Amino acid sequence: MNVHYIFPFLVVCVMFLISYFLSEAATGFKYLFGVVIPYLAILTFVAGVTYRMMNWAKSAVPFRIPTTAGQQKSLPWIKPNQFDNPSSKFGVLVRMLLEILVFRSLFRNTKFRMSEDAQSSYEMEKWLWLGALVFHWAFLVTLVRHLRFFTEPVPQALMLLESLDGFMQVMLPGLMLSGVALLAAATYLFLRRIFLPQVKYISLSSDYFPLFLIIGIAASGILMRYVPDLKIDVTAAKELSMGLVTLRPTIPEGVDGIFFVHVFMVSALLAYFPFSKLMHLGGIFLSPTRNTTTNTREARHVNPWNYPVKVHTYDEYEDDFREKMIEAGLPVEKE
Amino acid sequence: MSDLLTPEEMKANLDYHTPHSGWMNTPVNIRKGMYCYASNPKSVETLGLPNARKWNPMEEDWELPENWQQILHEGFKERLERFRSIKVFMDICVRCGACSDKCHFFIGTGDPKNMPVLRAELLRSVYRNDFTRFGKIFGKLAGARPMTANVLKEWWYYLFQCTECRRCSLFCPYGIDTAEITIFGRELLNLLGLNIDWIATPVANCYRTGNHLGIQPHAYKDMLDFFVDDIEDITGLRLEPNFNKKGADILFITPSGDVFADPGTYTCMGYMMLFHYLKEKYGLDVTWSTYASEGGNFGFFTAHEVMKRLNAKMYAEAKRLGVKWILGGECGHMWRVIHQYMDTMNGPADFLEEPVSPITGTKFENAKSTKMVHITEFTADLIKHNKLELDPSRNDHLKVTFHDSCNPSRGMGMFEEPRYVIKNVCNHFYDMPRNTIKEQTFCCGSGSGLNAGEDMELRMMGGLPRANAVRHVHEKHGVNILANVCAVDRAALPALMEYWVPEVDVTGTTELVANALLMPGEKKRTTDLRSEPLPGMEEEADE
Ligand code: SF4
Ligand code: SF4
Repeated sequence: MNVHYIFPFLVVCVMFLISYFLSEAATGFKYLFGVVIPYLAILTFVAGVTYRMMNWAKSAVPFRIPTTAGQQKSLPWIKPNQFDNPSSKFGVLVRMLLEILVFRSLFRNTKFRMSEDAQSSYEMEKWLWLGALVFHWAFLVTLVRHLRFFTEPVPQALMLLESLDGFMQVMLPGLMLSGVALLAAATYLFLRRIFLPQVKYISLSSDYFPLFLIIGIAASGILMRYVPDLKIDVTAAKELSMGLVTLRPTIPEGVDGIFFVHVFMVSALLAYFPFSKLMHLGGIFLSPTRNTTTNTREARHVNPWNYPVKVHTYDEYEDDFREKMIEAGLPVEKE
Repeated sequence: MSDLLTPEEMKANLDYHTPHSGWMNTPVNIRKGMYCYASNPKSVETLGLPNARKWNPMEEDWELPENWQQILHEGFKERLERFRSIKVFMDICVRCGACSDKCHFFIGTGDPKNMPVLRAELLRSVYRNDFTRFGKIFGKLAGARPMTANVLKEWWYYLFQCTECRRCSLFCPYGIDTAEITIFGRELLNLLGLNIDWIATPVANCYRTGNHLGIQPHAYKDMLDFFVDDIEDITGLRLEPNFNKKGADILFITPSGDVFADPGTYTCMGYMMLFHYLKEKYGLDVTWSTYASEGGNFGFFTAHEVMKRLNAKMYAEAKRLGVKWILGGECGHMWRVIHQYMDTMNGPADFLEEPVSPITGTKFENAKSTKMVHITEFTADLIKHNKLELDPSRNDHLKVTFHDSCNPSRGMGMFEEPRYVIKNVCNHFYDMPRNTIKEQTFCCGSGSGLNAGEDMELRMMGGLPRANAVRHVHEKHGVNILANVCAVDRAALPALMEYWVPEVDVTGTTELVANALLMPGEKKRTTDLRSEPLPGMEEEADE
């Protein structure tokens, strides 16, 4: 038993129950979960993320401290690694894109093993990378796919994405690959947190909470598409979401229970986002070990708060040692 | 040192089980052999740093100033504004654990607080408590805890079990650099006078005498004169190195460790022989300086300000002597400071010229602004242009592998230059396994000012991954010498090798160059720089 995951698990369960039963109970609560909370959540998200980004950006970057992960640019006949050790802005751009889109650094991951006789080995370990990649991309696709609830008419591109994402529907109607992938990847990320001893040791409630939320979101989403009894009226759902975007909120007939659970959890995630580690989404753009050029000897970087310091000058040094220097035949400024 | 465990005992102690109690509830246990002695108050005073006093980490009372919590809090706050790196790194770690088994200290000790992520969490937990709303409200549940004397001790213990090698930052998906966090954390500890003597005293020495070892100008010259004699014995040539020479072409600065202790001394002799060669053949005039007689910078392990104070001498001396540009010797952290900090701190060096090799005409574009070139870049360029006459067979008794030092690797990216040089001066070169070299290189275990005697257990454990990789090539290819471009390596690796792989010796790269260098007018060499017989010369060397 570990309070770090029990507590957030309970929180998410309670959130589920509250939103489910209250929204079933009275229309007033439907309004709360379908309109008031989503609006507040979006506000918190936008304001919070903006504040956090600006707050980071406000701090100085006194030095360029890139982690150089490949050959430097030095002599003309030595081939530099332009993207792992980017000396140009373009190189940095590619490096950042690789980090953000395909998790370049995580791709390097190795697993260390120590044999009986204390010989260490470092094997390729791609599961974390794969799990994280599937997780984030599935999240993105799901998110983009949901834009159809907020656009009228739905853009062609979205329809295309949806049909690609749903190609498995032939066998399993209503099934979206991204949703399932998201659920699976989130579950994997959770399981590795509880089964890998070291990862378990470092995990905090704030690591489990968003995972449970996302698992809850994905699960409720899949349930209402897939389980006949829980199926919701998609047209009604869209009526509600369009009401939100057009600032004419309504609560239509035909949406209930599980739908409000879904919306509530999404709202919770949005509102929680700016206060949490989820801000890594924004932070990665500002990480000085990745987003700075490595030509630090070629182009000078200016530290905005560089201040003069006390140094031991040559004159002071010579004053300290003049006699001895003269005796040893070392040149001096003042005889 | 006598109570150091044997390698077998140490291996048997390896244990990677996580404790039952959570890390916040596991109090720090400061253990002999794992920490360095507290700073000598005299050194702290020389530098005018806070809270100079005698103290002992093993005692309950660390004699902190009355309002130490407030000092720390304010120091933290101020630095959050000054360093975006710290602010971002405090906020965005997702505890994915990718960095956890990348640290040589974790691999060597199994102590979970040596996982980079947890080392950072030691500080982050206090950050959450002091600076975030969630931390204030939810406390421990949100991973937050207030600063207490025990937490402070934990910081001190584990911030001096990190060599600032940046291996963790390579693997982190957000580039979180625990080295940066350690640098920052040590800077905070300094506000309370919690430094270690192996750092504080060299820094004080360097401030006064120009070098870490406190060698005064006349003694510095004496030492190089010794080498002149040694070189004469080996080559028959009498060298005349320049000191503090105004109007020389190039100022050469290298760590003082190399003039002081074997096997760095052989590297130092190597520099002298190379410069003599270039003087005779091409008229290049290089000068040494007794004032800027330290390339290394233990100030970097103290606080940014102290780093700047020590580093200032390089440009000041170059300006005073009126040289064209600066050449830097083999050293690890020295090069991180030069490559990523010097120009920003103490530049612009507009009184120097953009570095051009007067011998090959090569423009060192990559050093255009800082105006300091690495000796290995310089030598590689000479070799590429056929400007050095070399006989690599003189190194045939050596089977060489190369240890990439952390800083030139992950703070610079200098991988091919030293390999090119070594392959041109040695016939037998074998790289260690890919996951242990270049950007993924493992630390010697003694960097960032931890190469003291009293923390030998820590050093041997931290150096285990490096030693294991060396053993691998030793067993596979018969490697018998470990080359590097770092003075701390030359001081630290011999002990590490003696402990784990006693068959392997340690050498600087320029030593290998000088061994192979055919110097004009030299006598037939029968020994290498260490006065060991050259291959096929065993009998003659005996005479
Ligand atoms: S790899 Fe980066 S994000 Fe992951 S635990 Fe380590 S520091 Fe945190
Ligand atoms: S910088 Fe090196 S020593 Fe420090 S935590 Fe990272 S891997 Fe470990």
